[in-house]
Amino acid sequence: MKLLEYEAKEYFSKYGIPIPEGRMVDSPVGARKYTESLGRPVVVKVQLHVGGRGKAGGVKFADTPADAAMVAGQLLGTAIKGLKVERLYVEERIDILNEVYLGVTIDRDRRQYVVLASSEGGMNIEEVAAKTPDKIVRFFVDPLIGFKSYHANYVASRLGYSDRLLRSFAVVAMRLYELAVGMDAELTEINPLAEVKDGFLAVDARLNVDNNALFRHNELEERFLDSVKGELTEREVEARSLGLTYVELDGDIGIVGNGAGLTMATLDTVMLHGGKAANFLDLGGGATTERIDKAVRFILSDDRTKVLFVNVLGGITRCDYIAEGVVQAREELGIKKPIVVRMMGTNEAEGRAILKKDSIGVFDSMEKAAEMAVKLAGGGA
Amino acid sequence: MRFIDKDTRVLVQGITGEQGAFHTQLMKDYGTRIVAGVTPGRGGQKVDEFPVYNSIREALENHHVDASIIFVPAPFALDAALEAIEAELDPVVIITEGVPVRDSIELVARAQQKEVTIIGPNCPGLINVGESKMGIMPSQVFKKGNIGVISRSGTLFYEIAEQITNVGLGESTCIGMGGDPVIGLDYVDVLGWFEDDPKTEAIALIGEIGGDAEERAAQFIEKGGFTKPVAAYIAGRAAVPGKIMGHAGAIIQDSLGTAESKMNALRKVGVSVGELPSEVAKSLKAIL
Repeated sequence: MKLLEYEAKEYFSKYGIPIPEGRMVDSPVGARKYTESLGRPVVVKVQLHVGGRGKAGGVKFADTPADAAMVAGQLLGTAIKGLKVERLYVEERIDILNEVYLGVTIDRDRRQYVVLASSEGGMNIEEVAAKTPDKIVRFFVDPLIGFKSYHANYVASRLGYSDRLLRSFAVVAMRLYELAVGMDAELTEINPLAEVKDGFLAVDARLNVDNNALFRHNELEERFLDSVKGELTEREVEARSLGLTYVELDGDIGIVGNGAGLTMATLDTVMLHGGKAANFLDLGGGATTERIDKAVRFILSDDRTKVLFVNVLGGITRCDYIAEGVVQAREELGIKKPIVVRMMGTNEAEGRAILKKDSIGVFDSMEKAAEMAVKLAGGGA
Repeated sequence: MRFIDKDTRVLVQGITGEQGAFHTQLMKDYGTRIVAGVTPGRGGQKVDEFPVYNSIREALENHHVDASIIFVPAPFALDAALEAIEAELDPVVIITEGVPVRDSIELVARAQQKEVTIIGPNCPGLINVGESKMGIMPSQVFKKGNIGVISRSGTLFYEIAEQITNVGLGESTCIGMGGDPVIGLDYVDVLGWFEDDPKTEAIALIGEIGGDAEERAAQFIEKGGFTKPVAAYIAGRAAVPGKIMGHAGAIIQDSLGTAESKMNALRKVGVSVGELPSEVAKSLKAIL
């Protein structure tokens, strides 16, 4: 789950990472009043779940309260990449001496958190990472020791800091690591981290929280659907609200599988047989009849779906539940689109019996089933 | 770790839950030597003929236990795994789906310190065909033979195992490592075990997009760490870059991690890589 800048900054503040003063406003008057109270030039920033906000014109500078009101008036009510701007973050403008980069993420293959830092922060950090990887310090954290003061001092020293700046950078780095662990971050970064007269300030903030850990962060769970709206299609958002793992694609064969690997292989196999999948839907492990019913109804009710291809290997998932779910969904919807089922494994015989009663044929082989699905959709070589 | 066999004494954590109880029955039917279960608060009950304890400590006062399989819900998986690791049960198989990655990092680090093997989380487990299974895989797809199977995916692993069986071959030991970003096992660990396993003559390696585990397996093969024949399949060619497909593991981060890059890395070191899942079994048949 990706947090917005202002939400991330609330957590930064909680963990003692210095941020510029700022506030959310929802009107030009609000922007003017807050800028007045600050008594300094400001930056007015759109808060939406879209990438490339700056390039899309979502960040504007204002020198006076009147400017701030004007800029806010220009931004509010417009749409950026299809999302309406309803609120803005107004923040004091900082005199930046130098822009550095600081981030914490997970290295999946080393199974460790990694602290990333570079003295060349700013908009072009990706380029720096690609062209001059030696300008990025990567510090792998021993999970049983954590990221301690001496580690942070080492990273700061590698960036070329000494004296007071070394300590002040080290403190920010340690706190960002504490935030990463405390908030179950998959990624948290400050880019740029501004070097100012008397230390550092996090000018931008990113915090992506592990969806699996939302049970530890109830306050975020409620905002989850809002956080995905910008990146997902309408149907993808609907699927999330039903608790389904669904990705919309541009073909006409609806796919329901269990397990990411098998579902991906199903897509690949359909593709190799000349068909195009309308979606990716992974039931996950141990789906109940109710969940399957929901998933099948969701796919069948999509106008683009010409054929439904269900491919399930029962391990922790039971084939009888799958069969019941498919039959139930078809009855409730009354839609007569062709359904191709391939299933095997736990309680397979029971599942086959249920489908047979409803005259739904079951394939043994995934490739034969894929071929049939492609044929029924009117495609293929 | 050594592979499990019919003598491996297994504890089931979360034995009273729906999945725990269901699969305890299936594992027992397969021949797994289950000795007891643990569910906090359910001590004194029985599941099937197996006594349930409130803690591993109490289970160990009454039984000899070698290994543990965990079915507890995700919020409790870290605690359950640490309990098994502290008791030095080996391997610890974590079936649980949805474990926070921070918890996985911690439990894997503790396991390394104690020299305990973690399989999972979010995995189907492992099976020594014809002897014992610690997992949720459907046993009817396997037949005793000499092919080892390693997979990140669960269901795709059943798919390919069934095809290996259907072409008239059989499997020795099969391991589903799990699809999460952080898991206890790496292909390289398992390749090392299969290299030393006299019952395994060739292996099927089933990968998917994301991370660089398959690329590192290729390097390991290139350096001579694994010398037996390998046939592979990589899922996710039709995947859209940047879109998460299913588990967190299956996301393309950059050029490293695409299906193409993995297929190329494996082909370069002489692995036969199939376009379709069924080609794995066919290549193995041709090789042996």
